[in-house]
Amino acid sequence: MGRIVLEQVTKSFGDVTVIPPLDLTIEDGEFTVFVGPSGCGKSTLLRLIAGLEDVTSGSILIDGKESADIPPAKRGLAMVFQSYALYPHMTVRKNIAFPLRMAGMSREEQDRRVERAAEVLNLTDYLDRRPGQLSGGQRQRVAIGRAIVREPAAFLFDEPLSNLDAALRVGMRLEISQLHNRLQTTMIYVTHDQVEAMTMADRIVVLRAGHIEQVGTPLELYRNPRNLFVAGFIGSPKMNLLEGAEARKHDAHTIGIRPEHFTVSTHEGEWSGVVGVSEQLGSDTFFHVHETGLAESVTVRADGELDIKHGDRLFLTPRHERMHRFDRDGHRIA
Amino acid sequence: MARTVTAQRKAINTGVAWVIGLLIFFPILWTFLTSFKTEAQAIADPPVWFFFDWTLENYRVVQERSNYTRFLWNSIYIAGGSTILGMIVAIPAAWSMAFVPSNQTKNILLWMLSTKMLPAVGVLYPIYLIFIQLGLLDSRFGLTIVIMLINLPIMVWMLYTYFKEIPTEILEAARMDGAGLREEILFVLTPMAIPGIASTILLNVILAWNEAFWTLNLTAARAAPLTAFIASYSSPEGLFYAKLSAASTMAIAPILILGWFSQKQLVRGLTFGAVK
Repeated sequence: MGRIVLEQVTKSFGDVTVIPPLDLTIEDGEFTVFVGPSGCGKSTLLRLIAGLEDVTSGSILIDGKESADIPPAKRGLAMVFQSYALYPHMTVRKNIAFPLRMAGMSREEQDRRVERAAEVLNLTDYLDRRPGQLSGGQRQRVAIGRAIVREPAAFLFDEPLSNLDAALRVGMRLEISQLHNRLQTTMIYVTHDQVEAMTMADRIVVLRAGHIEQVGTPLELYRNPRNLFVAGFIGSPKMNLLEGAEARKHDAHTIGIRPEHFTVSTHEGEWSGVVGVSEQLGSDTFFHVHETGLAESVTVRADGELDIKHGDRLFLTPRHERMHRFDRDGHRIA
Repeated sequence: MARTVTAQRKAINTGVAWVIGLLIFFPILWTFLTSFKTEAQAIADPPVWFFFDWTLENYRVVQERSNYTRFLWNSIYIAGGSTILGMIVAIPAAWSMAFVPSNQTKNILLWMLSTKMLPAVGVLYPIYLIFIQLGLLDSRFGLTIVIMLINLPIMVWMLYTYFKEIPTEILEAARMDGAGLREEILFVLTPMAIPGIASTILLNVILAWNEAFWTLNLTAARAAPLTAFIASYSSPEGLFYAKLSAASTMAIAPILILGWFSQKQLVRGLTFGAVK
């Protein structure tokens, strides 16, 4: 079981308030991602749950038990760090067994569990090596192994993939998702990468300056961003945000339209502009369109094999049902 | 462009390195050789190199005239004692500076280092007078304390750089893994800190062993270590080069052997943190 409830949690470092009063419930078995730009307090929030930082006020309930004053070791949570934080002087086997050893488990039981975890994570051949002899991906797997052996109430991941190269990151993303499907244990995952958030999360918590901007499933956030910040943060490439006359036409201060919600044509459309940079991905091409009279640049997604070059004129028609409207304060207009 | 090193260039570099190495080593070698000569051969002109009548006479005379073991024991006492005392102070100090720094930590470190820039002779009189007052003159205990204090800044600095290299995330990981403070120190911190502690101990023993200024000024007979032992052969009996050499060889041999066997540790210790 791993239901985590934060009630009016705050955190200050001296005079600086990092987390203003915050409430959040993470359901048992849920994969929750904290996402936000750097300095938004997502890591601090995770560390508060872990117990590595003390809350300034408020309470943290783990499975109904008040845990704000319990040391990290006693909270029954496991954490995977960005730097892996493996014990360099211990072999992989000893690294993974460490939490079991701390729990006073018998040698046989330790071995049994380590072997099983190693099998799951493809580490069997590396058990007698030291962390220094492993690649980045393998080290991250050892860190995950160390987390899973003790069957924690919840896993906490602090930007675990940031140190890996792009290809490995995609692979590990998949592995962590599969791990969650298999274990069905609560996972809290911190990242600044909205792609990781979208692809892995059951629920995403978008944070800014310690505030929760919005909580929801990836698609809820994608379809109905509650404000401009979430609208700009979720989705890649970013949503086009347009102000001025065009927005006023729709009774809004700002309108938002995602690059994928345009109909693109070379001869007719509601808006038009000149192609600046085009980013070809093969499956899709993203055009940065200038001189539209709407904004400095409008990003649109088009078919990957559309034959349009730099300097060509492009016509765009936004899909009005997918348009987002925001008021002067940046709040969504329903 | 990567630097290309031709075979010729390499040979020249190697040759130069050897010459410099031998130049540095030469005084020690010469002392060693001279210690086996007779006094006449020691001052012979032109000097004799290897082909002389090797004799242990000097060592016998030196041992007869002064009690080598007593000096040796004093050196061990002072070097060992000041190192142990120093570590007792330096480990917690460096520890707290590395893991729970305050905003004054950097200043304290610099201030400590600045004391090493003061010429030692500048505080000779105050310390001498304090020693007289406390009756510590010519006592091993007093000397141990002074040498400990002299080397303390270096110990704290060295340990601090070592401890600083231990990522706090690893300690946090241990906490998450269920380790209490005791287990954290026992199973994680200590094994990771041991190389640093060992290097620091080693360097400090060597520094304390070689310390001559304070040992010569604050001791007379009872507490005199090997540095004073050498000095006693140089001043009043300046012309007895062979015996002086024998005394020197006996004084530096122990530390030379210790240094030889631990050179890897030592070099790592001195350059630690230089390259990341």
